Amino acid sequence: MLITCPYCGPRDVIEFTYQGDGNRERPDPASQNFEAWNAYVYDRLNPAGDHNEIWQHSGGCRAHLKVVRNTLTHEISSVAFVRGDHGRGDHGSAARRKAEDKA
Amino acid sequence: MMAEYSAFSLLANALKGNKDWKPAWRKPDPKASYDVIIIGGGGHGLATAYYLAKEHGITNVAVLEKGWLGSGNVGRNTTAVRSNYLLPANTRFYEHSMKLWEDLSHELNYNVMFSQRGCLNLAHTPAQFDDYARRGNAMRHLGVDAELMTPAQIKRLIPALDISGEARFPVVGGLMQRRAGTARHDAVAWGYARGADRRGVDIIENCEVTGFLRDGDRISGVSTSRGDIRAKKVAVAVAGSTGRVMQLAGIETMPIESHVLQAFVTESLKPFIDTVVTFGMGHFYMSQSDKGGLIYGGDIDGYNSYAQRGNLPIVDEVMSEMLALFPGLARVRMLRSWGGVCDMSMDGSPIITTGPLPGMYLNCGWCYGGFKATPASGWCFAWTIAKDQPHDFNAPFTLDRFHRGLVIDDKGQGANPRLH
Repeated sequence: MLITCPYCGPRDVIEFTYQGDGNRERPDPASQNFEAWNAYVYDRLNPAGDHNEIWQHSGGCRAHLKVVRNTLTHEISSVAFVRGDHGRGDHGSAARRKAEDKA
Repeated sequence: MMAEYSAFSLLANALKGNKDWKPAWRKPDPKASYDVIIIGGGGHGLATAYYLAKEHGITNVAVLEKGWLGSGNVGRNTTAVRSNYLLPANTRFYEHSMKLWEDLSHELNYNVMFSQRGCLNLAHTPAQFDDYARRGNAMRHLGVDAELMTPAQIKRLIPALDISGEARFPVVGGLMQRRAGTARHDAVAWGYARGADRRGVDIIENCEVTGFLRDGDRISGVSTSRGDIRAKKVAVAVAGSTGRVMQLAGIETMPIESHVLQAFVTESLKPFIDTVVTFGMGHFYMSQSDKGGLIYGGDIDGYNSYAQRGNLPIVDEVMSEMLALFPGLARVRMLRSWGGVCDMSMDGSPIITTGPLPGMYLNCGWCYGGFKATPASGWCFAWTIAKDQPHDFNAPFTLDRFHRGLVIDDKGQGANPRLH
């Protein structure tokens, strides 16, 4: 299984760490809604077909990735950064934007 | 009932040219309705049907199997049977299973080749050895056999094992359950199938469930690729396909993820190892079949999958672990590898319960340890279906335990199914 990292290109799955189901939404840390927390921790869609999931390129650029992968065929149809739409070479963009704002 | 298989019947049939053997189970067409429908013709579903008929006198039962009988995990596992758990709920349940295993060939009049050759967990650090002592004590406290072994004892038991100080992970001891062992997995499916069939259960193969019938809120049957079938009770025992089947019933989420587990077998060797051995510094287990092949496996691949086939990193890892323990196997050829879909639960323990919908019963969450549970799983599930309440053995294995803070996490891994 190859995952095409937006920075590094196609790499073997052994370079990546599976972070699990990407459909879950973590409640606000201050939330006292037990049902929402329970659902976040324990409940899974577990589809047979396209699955939204989170991988980290832990043996490479270390970016966290949103991956859509088919659980019946292992075919990957999309890979994107988890945070925002920053593209190639855009590391530290928040810090750079801050600097640009000052300038 | 006179035993269908015996020395006498073997002789009598031999004299008649072996023309009169009956098939082990019929191929009936589905009836319009049953008292109980069991979805899933694997080991657990067939055992459930058998015990429903045998223990509870409920024989108007259909087992619906999407493929052919035994095509799923009951024919894909590495055949180990053990009851060496830490937590009381698991120990009691799996020990009940062990006791059923010990009499299973006789019970079914079918040789399941249950062989109590022992299961040895290797410890590689003093802390791990202490942990095994704790687990062994917990087992003995509940009446299950367990003994600690020294490296010298282990060397006598498994001469091929590298226990020298030169090993990458030196062996400092082990925890042995002598009553553990292996069984012929296909024979378990066939034996339960024949036992259920002869008591009147209809085993219907190539019959895929495509939806559920409802009577108000209540589940009242199933739609299948061979037509609608009504039933007073519908039981689901579909292991890795639990998510798919529950979605047909409108239940979107479950505390389950489906993952792929690979297994391997080598070419046949002369007697090499006469026990089940597990590696403590990774995840690896191995035994030798009566045919001579070494049967072994390791971790699940670690990502959601329904594919029944895995990827190469795990193959590489499992082989590395095998060679760390048994350097002498370096030139043995692997004959086959395959994969099965495991229903990984959020605490590593199973679910055997009434519900979650009226008229429905659920059996799932076996992770990759379902084979050894087959007799007790069927026995407890049959009890739960017949009496509409769980037996003491499966009362802790509820579906709502995750939302009530009553998880049974033997490994202490948290709600992370790929780590159980």
